[in-house]
Amino acid sequence: MNPRKLTRARPGPPCTVSLDGRPLQALPGQTVAAALWAAGVTAWRSTRGAGRPRGVFCGIGVCFDCLVTVNGRPNQRACLVPVRPGDDIRTQEGTGRADD
Amino acid sequence: MTERPRLAVVGAGPAGLAAALAAAARGVQVTLVDAADQAGGQFHRQPAAALGAHRPQALHHRWRTWTRLRDGLDRHRAAGRITHLTDHHVWCVARDCASGAFAVHALLGPAQEDGVTVRADAVVLATGGYERVLPFPGWTLPGVVTAGGAQAMLKGGLVLPGRTVVVAGTGPLLLPVAAGLAAAGARVAALVESAGPGALLHRAPALAAQPGKLAEGAGYAARLLRHGVRTLARHTVVAAHGTDRLEAVTVAALGRDGHPRPGSARRIPCDALAVGHGMLPHTDLAETLGCALSGTAVRVDAEQRTDVPGVWAAGEATGVGGAALALAEGHIAGRSAAARLHGTAPDPHGWAAAARARTRLTAFATALDAVYAPPAGWADRIPDETVVCRCEEVTAGEVRGSVESLGAGDLRTVKLLTRAGMGWCQGRMCAPAVAGLTGCPLTAGRRPFARPVPLGVLATLPEPE
Repeated sequence: MNPRKLTRARPGPPCTVSLDGRPLQALPGQTVAAALWAAGVTAWRSTRGAGRPRGVFCGIGVCFDCLVTVNGRPNQRACLVPVRPGDDIRTQEGTGRADD
Repeated sequence: MTERPRLAVVGAGPAGLAAALAAAARGVQVTLVDAADQAGGQFHRQPAAALGAHRPQALHHRWRTWTRLRDGLDRHRAAGRITHLTDHHVWCVARDCASGAFAVHALLGPAQEDGVTVRADAVVLATGGYERVLPFPGWTLPGVVTAGGAQAMLKGGLVLPGRTVVVAGTGPLLLPVAAGLAAAGARVAALVESAGPGALLHRAPALAAQPGKLAEGAGYAARLLRHGVRTLARHTVVAAHGTDRLEAVTVAALGRDGHPRPGSARRIPCDALAVGHGMLPHTDLAETLGCALSGTAVRVDAEQRTDVPGVWAAGEATGVGGAALALAEGHIAGRSAAARLHGTAPDPHGWAAAARARTRLTAFATALDAVYAPPAGWADRIPDETVVCRCEEVTAGEVRGSVESLGAGDLRTVKLLTRAGMGWCQGRMCAPAVAGLTGCPLTAGRRPFARPVPLGVLATLPEPE
C-alpha cells in the first residue's frame, strides 16, 4: 500500500525538477518538501551555526526548519511552496545568501 | 436596501468555516481569509487538486462533516455571500480606534512578497493551533517530524516521512496519526504514549460523558491492531539516533513517578519519528489587537467575543479542544457576530445545541489535558548539550545558564541573553521547552507581526479607511 493507491490518486504526468543539479521527478500539486520526500530526500538545509542538516519538522509553515533555495530565492518554506516544472532547488547553506 | 455588513473570518478550518457559514446565512457579507490553497484547515486538509485523489476520505475522519462544510461554502460563494481568499497569509489585523473598522493585512501566495488589505466591520479569529514538541537528544535530526506534520504531509501531499515510523509523545492526536500512516503503507514500528491507561480511568466520569469520542478512540485502537501496530503505553522516547538522518530511537518505560525505569531502555530501528506533546493556540493576531488572553489562549465570553469590540475568536485559538468543539464555537461566533453587526442582541436559544456541545466538549478536553500531560521531570532530563532553540541553535545548557548564572526570570530575558526564541519561528517551537527548563511560566509570545513581512510591503501599506 502507498498513499496514492489508498486515495486512488491519478495525478497528472510528473515533471522534472532538480536538486543541487541532480534531476528528479515531481508530481504536479506537490510541495517542494513532498516532492523531495517522495524522492527519498529528508534534508536540504544546513544550519548557520553548526552546519547541521535539516528538513521538514512541523510540515505546516510554522517552524521554518525546511527552508530551501528555489530558483535562486533562499529561505522558501519547502512545506508551503508548490513545485513547478524545471524548478532549480538548491540545498540552503546557512542564511542562503552569499554575503553571510 | 442597506449594504450588508462585512465580516472577515481569519482561518478556514472547522471554526472559521462554521463561523463563515453561520454569518453568511444571516445577512452578513463574509470574507474568508486563509493561508492554504483549499479550505479545511489542518483537520480537513485536502490533497492538492492536481494530485487527482479520487478517495481522499481514506485518510480522513468525519468526512460527512467536511462535505457539509464544503458544500455550504460552495453555495454561499456561488450566491456571492462569501468571498474565499486562498493563499492569503494574514500577518496583522488592525482596528481603527475612531471608526472601529478593521484592516486585515495579508501576504499573497507561497512567495509572500506582495501584500493585500481586506476591510471589515468585524472579525472572527479562527487561527487554529500548532504542535508542541518537547526536546530530547536527536530531535533535530532529519527524519524527526511533528506528528501533525507527518499527517499534514500525508493528507496534503500523499507522501510518507519514511518506511519505518515510530509515533511518539502524548495526546489524542497520536492515534489517528499512527492509524493514518499505517493505512497509507508505512510500517509503524510502535506507538509510544507517555500516558498510561490508568490515567484515563481516573478521569472516567468526564470522559464517559462523551461516548462518541471514546468510540472514536476505540476505532483507532482497532485499526492499529489490524495493522499490527504495538502500543507502548507509559513509555517515552529518550533519544533519537543517527549522524545525518534518523536511524533509530531509544524508548524507555516510565515508572509510577513518571521517570524512565532503569534498565527498561530499548532501541527501535526506524527512519522516521512522528512526535508531539499536544497543541498550542495561535494567538498572535489577537494579542496585537489587544485581546486579553487567559493562559496561552484567547479569552472569550459565552458569545465567543473577545474583550475587544468587534473581535470574536473560536476554535483552538481559544483553547485546544479538537475539531468538534471548534465547529460549535465557530457556529456561535458567526451567529453572534451576525446579530451584533445588524445592531441586535443575539438570542442564545438559537444556538442552544451548539452551546451544549461546547460545554460537553470543553469538559472532555480538560479531562484529556490532565491525562495527556508530559511525564514528570521531562525538562530535567534534557541534557545540557541538546539544542532547544532549533532556529538559533541554543542548547539546554545555555538556557539553564541564563537563569542560574545570569539571573533571568522570564522568557523574554532568557531570549535576550541566549537568543532562544529570536530566530525564524519566533519561539513557537522552543518556548514550551525554555519555560520548562527555566521554571518561567509559559506565556503567549508577543509577536506584532504574525509572520515575516517584507519591508516593501510595510512601506506601501494603505492609509486607514
